[in-house]
Amino acid sequence: MYRYDEYDQAIVDARVAEFRDQVARRLNNEISEDAFKPLRLMNGLYLQLHAYMLRVAIPYGTLDSRQMRMLAYIARRYDRGYGHFTTRQNIQYNWIKLAEAPDLLAELATVEMHAFQTSGNCIRNISSDQFAAAAADEIADPRPYAELLRQWSTLHPEFSFLPRKFKIAVTGSNIDRAAIQLHDIGLQLVRGETGEIGLKVLVGGGMGRTPMLAPVIREYLPVADFLSYMQAVLRVYNRHGRRDNIYKARIKILVNDLGAEEFARQVEEEWALVKPLGLDPPASELARIAAHFQPPALAADAPVDIDLSDPAFAKWVAVNTHPHKVPGHAIVTISLKAPGEIPGDASAAQMDLIADLAERYAQDEIRVTHAQNLVLPHVRRADLFALWQALAGAGLATANLDHASDIIACPGLDYCTLANARSIPIAQKLAVMLAPQESDLGELKIKVSGCINGCGHHHAGHIGILGVDRRGDENYQLLLGGSGAEDASLAKILGAGFDENGIVAAVATVVDVYKTLRTGPEERFLDTYRRVGPAPFKEAVYG
Amino acid sequence: MAEAALLRWRNDPEQTAPAVPLADYQPGGIAVRLAPDDDARLLIPHLGSLRRIDLEFPKFRDGRGYSSAAILREAGFAHEIRAVGDVQVDQLAFLRRAGIDAVAPNRPIDLGVAERTLARFAHVYMPAADRRQPVWAKRG
Amino acid sequence: MPRLLTGNRLETGDVLWWSGSGWSLHLKDAVDVDADGEALLAQLVPQERISDLALIDADVTPSGWRPRSTRERVRAVGPSVRPDLALPSLPVEAI
Repeated sequence: MYRYDEYDQAIVDARVAEFRDQVARRLNNEISEDAFKPLRLMNGLYLQLHAYMLRVAIPYGTLDSRQMRMLAYIARRYDRGYGHFTTRQNIQYNWIKLAEAPDLLAELATVEMHAFQTSGNCIRNISSDQFAAAAADEIADPRPYAELLRQWSTLHPEFSFLPRKFKIAVTGSNIDRAAIQLHDIGLQLVRGETGEIGLKVLVGGGMGRTPMLAPVIREYLPVADFLSYMQAVLRVYNRHGRRDNIYKARIKILVNDLGAEEFARQVEEEWALVKPLGLDPPASELARIAAHFQPPALAADAPVDIDLSDPAFAKWVAVNTHPHKVPGHAIVTISLKAPGEIPGDASAAQMDLIADLAERYAQDEIRVTHAQNLVLPHVRRADLFALWQALAGAGLATANLDHASDIIACPGLDYCTLANARSIPIAQKLAVMLAPQESDLGELKIKVSGCINGCGHHHAGHIGILGVDRRGDENYQLLLGGSGAEDASLAKILGAGFDENGIVAAVATVVDVYKTLRTGPEERFLDTYRRVGPAPFKEAVYG
Repeated sequence: MAEAALLRWRNDPEQTAPAVPLADYQPGGIAVRLAPDDDARLLIPHLGSLRRIDLEFPKFRDGRGYSSAAILREAGFAHEIRAVGDVQVDQLAFLRRAGIDAVAPNRPIDLGVAERTLARFAHVYMPAADRRQPVWAKRG
Repeated sequence: MPRLLTGNRLETGDVLWWSGSGWSLHLKDAVDVDADGEALLAQLVPQERISDLALIDADVTPSGWRPRSTRERVRAVGPSVRPDLALPSLPVEAI
C-alpha cells in the first residue's frame, strides 16, 4: 500500500488547516453561505436533508486495518455509529456537524486519509479495480498509476474549476471491474508491440441524464507521457466544455458533439504543445510509487484443497470468492447487502471486525468496491473457514455477490437533498423478495438511483430502477439491459413508471419472464434480454 | 481588516493603460482583455508588444481563465496577467500557480486572509506556470 | 393551506422549524407562518445563520402537522430506513 512521505503528509495537513480557516470564517459570518458552499464541497462536505454529510476519499478503494479502524472511530465519535460505502469506492458519514468537521479531518490525516476533491467541479477520487494485485487476469497493478493521478490532480491549479465534476478510473485487466467505459476518462493498462506497458485511453463516458459509453481516443499511450497527455485532455475540456447548461457540461457532451476523432485530434494538438513543458515526472517517481504496491509474499505452496462439507460455507466460497493469482489463495468479497439491510452501510463494530480480520487473514489489506461491498484481496484458502465463521457472527457472510440481492442503491430521498424518491426501501424490498430464488437466477445486477444523477448506476444495471418525482409522489421507472462490465451497455426504459409496490411487482414479473425464456441456467438475465429484446418483458409487465 | 481593490505580485510599475476587448485589439496595443471564451492563443503573435493582459472572471466557478493564463505563460509572456471580476480569496493560490500575478476583484479581498492562503502549501504536486518545484523533483 | 418555515442550523446541520419566536428541533412546535413567511425569510436569509431556508406546505391532522411532500416528511422524521434514529414527530410509517 502507498504510504505518505513528508511531502504528502504536509500537503494533507495544510489542507486541514486551510479548511479549518474556511470553516472559522463561515462560522464568524466573514463569508456568506454562497461563498462557502463551493469551499466545503471541495472538501466533500454537503448539507443534506438531516445534517452535513462528509464524503471521505478512499483512493482507488484501498485501505489498511489502521485506516478502517479510524473510519470506525469516526463513525462513533463524530457520527451515529455507522458509515455508508459508496459507488465511488468512498465512505460517507451522514450526521456530521460543520463545527466538528475540521477536527474530524485532522484525525483522518493521522492515518493518511483526506476528503480532497470528493465533490465540486474538479477531478474526483480516482477509482480502480478492487481485485488489483490479486486477480489472475491482470497485466499489472493499476494502483501506482492511480496514485500518480491522485497526486497530479490534487489541488491542480488549472483544473479545479472545471465545467463539471470529473471522474477517472484505471484498470489493469481485460475483465472490467472498474466500469472504465462509464467514466469521464477510463484507462486500461495494455502491452504495446514491444511488450512494454502503456495505457489505452477512453474519454467521454458517463451515466446521469445523458448516459454514454466512452470511445477510445488513444489505443496506446506510453507511460512516460501519461500526465502530459492527461493535461492535454483536461485542458481541451476546461477550455471548450459547455458551461451554459449544467446538464450538458460533462466531457461526454463535448466528445459527442465534436465526435471522438475530432476530440482526439484536438487533444493530440494540445499534447504536442504541452509535452515539452516538463509535466511528466521521471520514471523514478512511478517506480518509487510502484514499490509501495509490491505484492505480499504469499506462499505458492499453500494448500488448495479445503473442507467444503458445510453447505453454507461451500455456497459462500462458490459465490463470494474469486481465484487468486497465487495458488492456495482466494479473493474474498464481504457482502454489505444482507437482504433487508441498507446497501453499503456498515456499523462501527463491523468496520472494526473487518479491520481485525484483514490484519489476521488478509495481509492487512481491504478494498472497497463500486458495488458497495468490501474485499479482502489476499486470503489463504486454508483460512477461509475461520474467516467465514467470524464474518457470519457479525451478519457479514451473506453469499450473494453479483446476485439479485446484491443491489446497488444510492442514499436516495432518505438522506440526499438532490433525490426525488427513496432508493433504499426499494432495494430492501427487492432483496428480500428475490433472495430465496437468487441461486437459481444466477448473475443478476440490480441498481437503484433516487434521481437522474444516477449515483445508483441504474443505467448500468441488468435491471435498473430510477426514482422520479411525479407531482410530489415517488415514482419509479424500470430499465433493462445495462452493464458496467467489459460488455458495457446502457439500460433502456421499458415503459411507464410505477409506485413503490408497483415497481417491486414489475421486477418480479420481469424475473419470471426471464425464467421462462432462458435457454438454460447458464444463460444470464442480461444475455436472455440481449437475445430476445424488450418485447416479451414489456408485454408481461404492461399487458 | 486591511482590504485591497488591486493585489499585485510584481515589482515593475503598474501599467495603467485601459485594456481593450480582444475584438478591438490593434497590433501594437499594450493592454488587452480576454473574455473566458476568447482563445488566448490568438494573442501569441502580439506578446512582444503587450504589457498587460486582463482575464475576465465573470463568475468564480468559470475556470477557463486558468487555462488562458497557463497558455500565455507557456508562450513566454512575462508581463502582467491580471484576473478581473469575481475573484475570491480562496482562489488566490490556484490563480498564482496558473501564472496570474495581479488580481482586481469586484469585492475587496482581506489581505490578512490572502497572506495566510498564499503561504499555506509549502509543497505542490505538479509543475505549473509559477515554476515551483513539484514534490517529485524534491524527492528525486 | 398552512405554511411552515424550516431550515438547517449552520453549525450542526440540524433540521429546524420556526416556532413563532425562535427555532425548534421538533415539527410539533412549528407554527403556521401564513402571510408572514416572506417577511420572515427576508429578515432571516441575510443573517446567514440558517441554511436552506424554505417555506413548505403542510396539512393539519389530528396528530399534528403533516408536511405535504415526502421530502419534508423525511426531513421531519429522519431516514425512513432508520426508525431507531427517528425523531418523535411523525410515525416513520407516515412518511
